[in-house]
Amino acid sequence: MPQVELQFGGGLESLTGGNKVVPANFSGEQVVLGRVIDWIRTCLIKEKHEYFVQGEHIRPGILVLINDVDWELEGKTSYVIQEGDRITFISTLHGG
Amino acid sequence: MKRLCSHCGKSFANILVGREDKYLCRCCFFEYFEDTVHRTIVEECLLQPGERIAIGASGGKDSTVLAYVLKLLNERYYYNWDLWLLSIDEGIQGYRDDSLRTVEQNRDDYNLPLYTLSYSELYNWTMDQVVSQIGRKSNCTFCGVFRRQALDKGTEKIQANVLATGHNADDIAETILLNLLRGDHARFSRSVMEENANYRMSIDSDSKKIRRVKPLKRVYEKEIVMYAYFKKLKYFATECIYAPFAYRGHAREYLKSLERIRPHSISDILYSLSCISLEDSKTRVGQQCIRCGSISSQNICKACLLRTSLDRGQGVLAVKRSGMAILSKNTVESEIPQTVSESSTESNIS
Ligand SMILES: [Zn+2]
Ligand SMILES: [Zn+2]
Ligand SMILES: [Zn+2]
Repeated sequence: MPQVELQFGGGLESLTGGNKVVPANFSGEQVVLGRVIDWIRTCLIKEKHEYFVQGEHIRPGILVLINDVDWELEGKTSYVIQEGDRITFISTLHGG
Repeated sequence: MKRLCSHCGKSFANILVGREDKYLCRCCFFEYFEDTVHRTIVEECLLQPGERIAIGASGGKDSTVLAYVLKLLNERYYYNWDLWLLSIDEGIQGYRDDSLRTVEQNRDDYNLPLYTLSYSELYNWTMDQVVSQIGRKSNCTFCGVFRRQALDKGTEKIQANVLATGHNADDIAETILLNLLRGDHARFSRSVMEENANYRMSIDSDSKKIRRVKPLKRVYEKEIVMYAYFKKLKYFATECIYAPFAYRGHAREYLKSLERIRPHSISDILYSLSCISLEDSKTRVGQQCIRCGSISSQNICKACLLRTSLDRGQGVLAVKRSGMAILSKNTVESEIPQTVSESSTESNIS
């Protein structure tokens, strides 16, 4: 049952009711990041889901970090989450 | 499975840059980012030692990172730049008030002087008032024209002759794409020529004209956001409440989707841009607006035109939704041409 800390920034916190940090628990052995994203989309975000996920993918322009490491270096959605992981989502699309 | 930094080989990598085999640790990424900006400034002679520089500051990520990096380079290389933050207050309640607070935070954090100029003092119209007259369809056109001129006026007021804005590689590709998609050849040519301009030549030839420079032009949006994140810079990240209706947003999304399929999309667009050469025949130099004295290709500049239309309660009529700019045709003789092409004017904040 890995517990993780989800962080939202760059304007994405507006999707989580202004919460920049959200703790979450997941049951099961091999929980991949894709499942976490799915959970955020279906359970955490109440409206404007398309601002977070489009189709199968996370919205282009959102950066994801796993313990401060670019998820592109960690296998993206196939990354298996570990106890205490900090997953950060930052939008690059807002403002100038 | 952690990877070591491809530059120092000592620390674990934090970020993938340049879309390919460059993965850097935090320290090497800072160095890479700052060096890229510095090389842009040096190689393209964007900024001269000792000069006063206005930094267009919106409180957003781009201008916050720009102010931070310029200050850092100034201290690192003893450029003796006189850096100023220049902020434009569009008069949008609940949006600009908050972002101005972020700019004030920048002022205090980086110890830089701040000069603020508002649409209401320049044009006697706030964006809230503009929107209440014309609605939310073409408001970004007004805002873009007003902002461009307001930044010029502000730069003049603080007696700087160069204006640095936070536009990054993504922004530039987006603008080029947008103008291409709209079929607005006048604006397209202008943006191509602006991007490809060589400042080395223009510095001494025309010292009165304000130079607009983009020191972040070679770094990507992702790198800017990562830089701000790892440096823990505070910036304002709320979309302008009037922006979601702008066509630019769609171009941006489109570009980001292209990038997912083809990671080099943006650098490819920028490469194509650098290969375009256009005859600079259309530019009439040295002409000034007879109303406000701004440099303008017409007798009356676009900002004055739009303002007049608002004063007459005809703001809606002033913007024509088709691609061709009536203003770009030389044939309009009447004192106030009635339309301004929407496509020719909208610009983004950065
Ligand atoms: Zn931007
Ligand atoms: Zn390194
Ligand atoms: Zn004028």
